Amino acid sequence: MSDKKNWPLYEVFIRSKNGLSHKHVGSLHAADAEMAIENARDVYTRRSEGISIWVVESKYITASSPEESESLFDPANDKVYRHPTFYNIPDEVKHM
Amino acid sequence: MTQEQKFQAKIDEEIRIEPKDWMPEAYRKTLIRQISQHAHSEIVGMLPEGNWITRAPSLRRKVALLAKVQDEAGHGLYLYSAAETLGAERDDMIEDLHSGKAKYSSIFNYPTLTWADIGAIGWLVDGAAIMNQVPLCRCSYGPYARAMVRVCKEESFHQRQGYEIMLTLAKGTEEQKAMAQDALNRWWWPSLMMFGPNDKDSKHTQQSMDWKIKRFTNDELRQRFVDMTVPQAEYLGLTVPDPDIKWNEEEGHYDFGKINWEEFWNVVKGNGPCNKQRIRARKKAYDDGAWVREAAMAYAEKRRKRSEAEAGIKVA
Ligand SMILES: [Fe+2]
Ligand SMILES: [Fe+2]
Repeated sequence: MSDKKNWPLYEVFIRSKNGLSHKHVGSLHAADAEMAIENARDVYTRRSEGISIWVVESKYITASSPEESESLFDPANDKVYRHPTFYNIPDEVKHM
Repeated sequence: MTQEQKFQAKIDEEIRIEPKDWMPEAYRKTLIRQISQHAHSEIVGMLPEGNWITRAPSLRRKVALLAKVQDEAGHGLYLYSAAETLGAERDDMIEDLHSGKAKYSSIFNYPTLTWADIGAIGWLVDGAAIMNQVPLCRCSYGPYARAMVRVCKEESFHQRQGYEIMLTLAKGTEEQKAMAQDALNRWWWPSLMMFGPNDKDSKHTQQSMDWKIKRFTNDELRQRFVDMTVPQAEYLGLTVPDPDIKWNEEEGHYDFGKINWEEFWNVVKGNGPCNKQRIRARKKAYDDGAWVREAAMAYAEKRRKRSEAEAGIKVA
């Protein structure tokens, strides 16, 4: 319905408490960012689920493509030496 | 393996499907239909209850009902945004609701005649909705499942506030008890219909089960609802309006009577007591709000231009 002037879509991220990072919770429509924050307060934090809100217009998010996920993430799969269990340390050695 | 087989293999392995993943067109369509219908039901569902906010019998009841109805608006919004991740446009969905092309749960086409109806709705209608929604938290489509997790967390207060209203009325005067019984009489059967047609008549069930959109059939969920609700009615001292309700020792379930499917289809087709009134109210709210949406957009545009101009001056 391109003839109608839709409010743009915003993605909403919420920090549930200090010490935790913001987490994506969903999206909503708003005329501008300020309204998006107000709407996010009503839609996503009616039960004190957050202490901080980020909003960003959905069109500004660039996402990796699932079709390329193999070439994107495969290189990490055969690098077991990046994990601590790859290294042999005798049990007698403590605190390592 | 074809793309479709790979897709099914992911589903079989309980790997969730996310918005940008490849999916069969029919899966996308089925989800858009189901999620948008679900969203419409939450939104239209505010109307019968909203009818009683100004007449709630105490401040305690009023704040609870207000919070519940506001939650339903939130549920509608979570669901619309889940449908949008599949490429559906918000305006198209709303237009489909207004034109009658899209359906919503037919239970909301019944009127709320007395305060006891608010109790019965919370207890039975939200109770049935919970029964339907809990398995949807494990739906194969990620954004729908996540929306359902939020919804289910909020629903349990809805059902409890409804049951508390019923309990108060059932323990009240003869007149109040009669009101509660009358509300149960009118809401019982439509609540059973909320689970949809019998399995043998449900054309979408098998495919939706294979795709793990649905986890249980309509009849399985309906049976669970009956088993859960009959003892709750007994506790209230009220009678479920079905002479065939009987505990079946062998099956470990309650037997219950035949549902009037003719009534169900008639309401679905638009001939329920309140279909026209509900859509009229939705359309009016949408149309009356048009100038607000336009003004907010114009204001946002003006502010954007002004801040751009100011930035331009600074650069120069
Ligand atoms: Fe709801
Ligand atoms: Fe609810």
